[in-house]
Amino acid sequence: MAAMTGQQNVDLREPPSWRRTKNRIATILMLTAFVLTIIPLGFVLFTVISKGASIISWQFLTGSIPPNVLPASVGGMGPAIVGTIEITALATVMAVPLGVLGAIYLNEYGGNRLLAKVIGFMSDVMTGVPSIVMGLFIFSIWVLHFGYSGLAGALALGCLMLPIVIRSTYEMLRLVPDPLREASYALGASKARVTVTVVLPAAIGGIVSGALLAVARAAGETAPLLFTILTVTTVNRNVFSGANTSLPSQIFANASSPYVGAQARGWGAALTLIAIAFILMIVARLITARFARYLR
Amino acid sequence: MEEPEQYAVANRQSTEPAVQQQLEVSPESGASFAPGESVFETRNVSIFYSSFRAVTDVSLTIHEHEITAFIGPSGCGKTTVLRTLNRMNDLIVGARVEGEVEYRGAPLYAKDVSPIAVRRRIGMVFQKPNPFPKSVYDNVAYGPRINGERNKGRLDEIVERSLRQAALWDEVKDRLHKSGLGLSGGQQQRLCIARTLAVEPDVVLMDEPCSALDPIATGAIEDLMQEIKSKYTIVIVTHNMQQATRVSDRTAFFSVLINEQSDTRTGVLVEYDRTAKLFQDPRDSRTRAYVTGRMG
Repeated sequence: MAAMTGQQNVDLREPPSWRRTKNRIATILMLTAFVLTIIPLGFVLFTVISKGASIISWQFLTGSIPPNVLPASVGGMGPAIVGTIEITALATVMAVPLGVLGAIYLNEYGGNRLLAKVIGFMSDVMTGVPSIVMGLFIFSIWVLHFGYSGLAGALALGCLMLPIVIRSTYEMLRLVPDPLREASYALGASKARVTVTVVLPAAIGGIVSGALLAVARAAGETAPLLFTILTVTTVNRNVFSGANTSLPSQIFANASSPYVGAQARGWGAALTLIAIAFILMIVARLITARFARYLR
Repeated sequence: MEEPEQYAVANRQSTEPAVQQQLEVSPESGASFAPGESVFETRNVSIFYSSFRAVTDVSLTIHEHEITAFIGPSGCGKTTVLRTLNRMNDLIVGARVEGEVEYRGAPLYAKDVSPIAVRRRIGMVFQKPNPFPKSVYDNVAYGPRINGERNKGRLDEIVERSLRQAALWDEVKDRLHKSGLGLSGGQQQRLCIARTLAVEPDVVLMDEPCSALDPIATGAIEDLMQEIKSKYTIVIVTHNMQQATRVSDRTAFFSVLINEQSDTRTGVLVEYDRTAKLFQDPRDSRTRAYVTGRMG
């Protein structure tokens, strides 16, 4: 009957309640968590930039690594930058195609097969293997027989990247909606055709950015390189033989040196490494955006 | 029906020799099979998902150049039966077909039959529009391309003809190279129909093609079905009984058998007849209850 009497004083305001208080508390907690999360990041960036920025110059990026006793104004990190690029590139060439193909097998072909389950499980286990163990592994199966080389370092980094690439690619392939696959099958496409012409293009942005994140992660690894490439002070253009060096190994060596000049060069190397990782992230973002244009 | 259609198409693309056009549009099926000949013949077909019997004992004949509608309540297996007609159920792990399915006299589930070859002749349009995340052009050209068509001129022709058949050409001719996902829902569904028609299938299976569309888009697709049925055989699953009466020549009514003991539901074909007969004078009381709205 009440509805028939027309206008009523309807109160749509929220009554003061415990729910509202809970909401406020949760919001404050989340904001606090966010601030706490970015404090370390801010500190790291601030410290590295304030200590490393002043040394960065063209000469620093290209010059050869001087003896530790020399002051910061002399020499640079050229061999380490070249080594990092060589070794990471080689590791990428080995790990990314293998990882992407593995993920394609797991998601598109494996199904519920035992082999797929075993590979998926092993890949997850491999993600958890400490990087120094990976370095020791390559040391024992490769370096002991063939000596130190950029290739040995790349093998260790590749082993680290592989499970990351498999996992990120697998997740991206899983996101490709089944109706797209069905549409392609319904036009008479074979499984390989569906994978190459529909699934991979739909997932390529995520696959590429996942791979680049793995590259950035590998470029910053120190431990696997300690036993595989040694640390030298001259450029080694041959990645397949002879000891090499890299930014992380050089940072490690310089940071443990007592000389001020060497430490300053270490900070510069740290900043360079962060910059390389940062550039890779931006490239990953751009690629994702580029490939997403048909998804809008 | 055949004559004016060819004339119209030849007129539209007057720059091309008319003779070639006529060759292009003459449907390969039309010449060799008299209208009304049976396209599909199923005998005692049961479909299982693992050990669960989803549909049991379906026997029906689907005739050429007719629109056959599958109606029935949810869960009665209409879609499952539809998907056995082009072996889409092969993609579902554990799905299995018993009984005989013949396509133009050839057993569809014989060992040496390639599902890929089957689906090239028997296309499918899905419930939800599922254009590829590619341009409008690439969506339509997808099927011809996987069949090996690389000639740009012929692809252009096929794309235009298919989009015209799907009554979409005028709306998209200025945005052929923009994403297919930028179209409205009704346009996307017509794009999917154009994509299916581009490979010139013999049969078009439609799985509730209008359920996600508004009445105007639905009307456009129903008109389109009437126009293309002179060249294709169409089987449509629909929830909408008015739609079945409007478009179809024959209707199959499916229902659900509920097994109280195991609490499983199995689809069963109740009645299959000319649409007018089935709706006005059904033989089975369950059909009568359903079409008069007293059940389901």
